[in-house]
Amino acid sequence: MLHAVLKAATEESTQNPVIPEWYDIIWSSVCFVIILVFFWKYVLPRVQKMLDERGEAIEGNIAKADEAQRKAEAALEEYTAQLADARAEAGRIRETAREDGKQIVAEAKDTAVAEAARVTASAQAQIEAERQSALVSLRSEVGTIAIDLASGVVGETLSDDAKAKAVVDRFLADLEADTATAGGKN
Amino acid sequence: MFVVARAPLHAPKQENALLAHAVNLLVPMSTDDGEFHGPSIGEFFPGPLLFEDTPFEINRIMLVRFVAVAALLLLFWLGTRRMRVVPGRFQSLVEMGLDVVRVNIAEDLLGKKDGKRFLPILTTMFFMVLFMNLTGVIPFLNIAGTSVIGVPLVLAIVSYITFIYAGVRKSPKNFFKNALFPSGVPWPVYIIVTPIEFISTFIIRPVTLTLRLMMNMIVGHLLLVLFFAATQFFFFTAPGLFKLMGVGSLAFGLAFTLFEILVAVLQAYVFALLTAVYIQLAVAEEH
Repeated sequence: MLHAVLKAATEESTQNPVIPEWYDIIWSSVCFVIILVFFWKYVLPRVQKMLDERGEAIEGNIAKADEAQRKAEAALEEYTAQLADARAEAGRIRETAREDGKQIVAEAKDTAVAEAARVTASAQAQIEAERQSALVSLRSEVGTIAIDLASGVVGETLSDDAKAKAVVDRFLADLEADTATAGGKN
Repeated sequence: MFVVARAPLHAPKQENALLAHAVNLLVPMSTDDGEFHGPSIGEFFPGPLLFEDTPFEINRIMLVRFVAVAALLLLFWLGTRRMRVVPGRFQSLVEMGLDVVRVNIAEDLLGKKDGKRFLPILTTMFFMVLFMNLTGVIPFLNIAGTSVIGVPLVLAIVSYITFIYAGVRKSPKNFFKNALFPSGVPWPVYIIVTPIEFISTFIIRPVTLTLRLMMNMIVGHLLLVLFFAATQFFFFTAPGLFKLMGVGSLAFGLAFTLFEILVAVLQAYVFALLTAVYIQLAVAEEH
């Protein structure tokens, strides 16, 4: 048994694996040439083309991104400028409004003062007029009463108006003088 | 058993002796009618299927290679049929694969311009080796297309021609001076250095490229066969408690299957990377 196995092993190993057979070389070369042509003419050009396209696409995208970035920056700049303009405008409007407000207040104040002065003046004038009319009416009233009284007292009618008026005037002058002396004493 | 299993990794050339040793170890365990089929080198020379005894003979391993080539063409055709600037999931995956060669190997070592020049060769090497390596762990294919010397040898010759072409095209004087007469050495030393450099550059390089790839794949295949054949033997032939050992050998078989995937990718990367390094050294102004 053992001998049989060993004999079989030695018989089989008479073939030297390092010595090539012609068919082995030929078919290996055929395989190699097929694969070489396949990779050389088909696979690698396609891969290279795709890699180029990918590179271009990436570059294109980067350019696009740059463009977008630039646009965004321009827009931001514009926006900022507009914002600054708007701020200045708003400030100006506020300033104007403040000025206007001040002016309006001042005007209103002036009007009010004038009005108040006018009202006061007219009131004083009226009061003066009232006083004058009261004085006049009082004077005639007092005169009449006094004359009536004096008539009663004197028993004589001072029918002569001119005379009566002179008497009343004298009386009133005395009265006023008295009042003045009294006021002066006081 | 594990010692036996690991040994071929370190000394692939002694595999025949070691395999015989492995068979020796296992034979006493087998019962009279239980036959243990250890792996043998004959598995890399299956019988012809078509065109027997012509230079166009096709056997099982050639068919496995054709399957790998077909899968490669289909996958990359589908992946690059409609290239989008914004890739889908599948296109991303294919691009990632191609980028391993384009960025990590070609452009890193050769720069943009030379990287682009030699990209078809490097890409072809990487993916051809990768796909033919991976057939070693794909069920029903179960053997690497690179485990027979043809593919590694053809690719190593391509690598050899490519780096010599690159160097001669750039500047024949510089190329041979850099390769054979390294600077900074007093001239009498050239008597020793120049033959060594010649052998290392123009003979050792293609040989190591070929053997590294082929031996890795052969050993990987033998290891997997060994583990799974042992599992079969333990489970169905071995008596009593020996059946339990099948669990261990199965677990190792699975672990080495994963390891083989790693090796497949790694060897493809190493092959393309070394070719790129040779081209880089050939076009360098000064070492």
